[in-house]
Amino acid sequence: MKLFQRFLNRFFRNLFRKKKHVKIGLYGPPNAGKTTLANRICKDWLGEEMGKASSIAHETREIQIKEQVNIKRADKELSFNLVDTPGIATKIDYEDFIKAGLKDKEAKKRAKEATKGVIDSIKWLDDMDYVIIVLDATQDPFSQVNLTIIGNLQARNIPVIIVGNKLDLKKAKLKKIEAAFPQYTIVGISATKGTNIDAFYDVLLEEAA
Amino acid sequence: MLTFQYIPYADIDHLSSAKRINKLLDLVMAGNIILMEGRLRKEEEKDLIEITMEKIDNRFKGIELSVMNPDKDDGALVDRFKKGMANLLLGDRIGMTIIGPAQLVKDIKRDPDKIQLFIEETKKKTRRRRK
Repeated sequence: MKLFQRFLNRFFRNLFRKKKHVKIGLYGPPNAGKTTLANRICKDWLGEEMGKASSIAHETREIQIKEQVNIKRADKELSFNLVDTPGIATKIDYEDFIKAGLKDKEAKKRAKEATKGVIDSIKWLDDMDYVIIVLDATQDPFSQVNLTIIGNLQARNIPVIIVGNKLDLKKAKLKKIEAAFPQYTIVGISATKGTNIDAFYDVLLEEAA
Repeated sequence: MLTFQYIPYADIDHLSSAKRINKLLDLVMAGNIILMEGRLRKEEEKDLIEITMEKIDNRFKGIELSVMNPDKDDGALVDRFKKGMANLLLGDRIGMTIIGPAQLVKDIKRDPDKIQLFIEETKKKTRRRRK
């Protein structure tokens, strides 16, 4: 199954290889570390960060794009536009933001923007040539949001890499993610600490270049 | 009190995607936990999340959603063939979907063969009388 998935990935990758601006999207639930990974990629290859990351969920509430990211390793090279998307969720409660320390008005504003962010993320799914799903390895991978995103990408034949992030935390269990999505290429990293980030670039180049 | 509303697949089979989603969301927004026979299409699941986001306000906090379906790729070839045939004949009738309002259902965990519903605790305000 994994081999078949890779064959499909290669097939669709070759289809969009001729496109001038390949879009690689970072998708996943809120607080999984999408922006932290985007910052890591941009810092490593462009020398500048992409956006602000925070421990409060829904920090990224608008689509952010970094154009012309160029990754080169050994004989492989990949040029793409990196799209960081707001986390997809089925619920948003402004009271959670108040518990995290925001004031009432600010929390309500953040919740409103977060709902719009989720809608935008979903709308942008169709525009992606390749998607990196970022999951928090300390959380249950069987959430319906994860299954819905991956199911929709599969239905659209958009190639996917799954990143299990936060490996630096003791509670991280990459094996759970591997068991949940056996047909996909999965890389475990810590975007904050840079752990295993070279392996991530190798996989990205192998799958998408 | 919690209300579980069972929806047989026949109730939504003839409906368009938009009508299916609206029917489910109307019931959830009225405070029901839905147990639906079968599942929505992947596209409909995505639309359900999108429409839910549009409806979120200070009272309605969104939904908890979980789909149980037996489409795992493991098992012997014969079992997979049987599942494939069942899918072909029954389509989206296989499995079960649970949808609850987020202000009532805190979390739904899949394991993946069992489902656990975590319900929000209702806080009772009690006043202590000073003696």
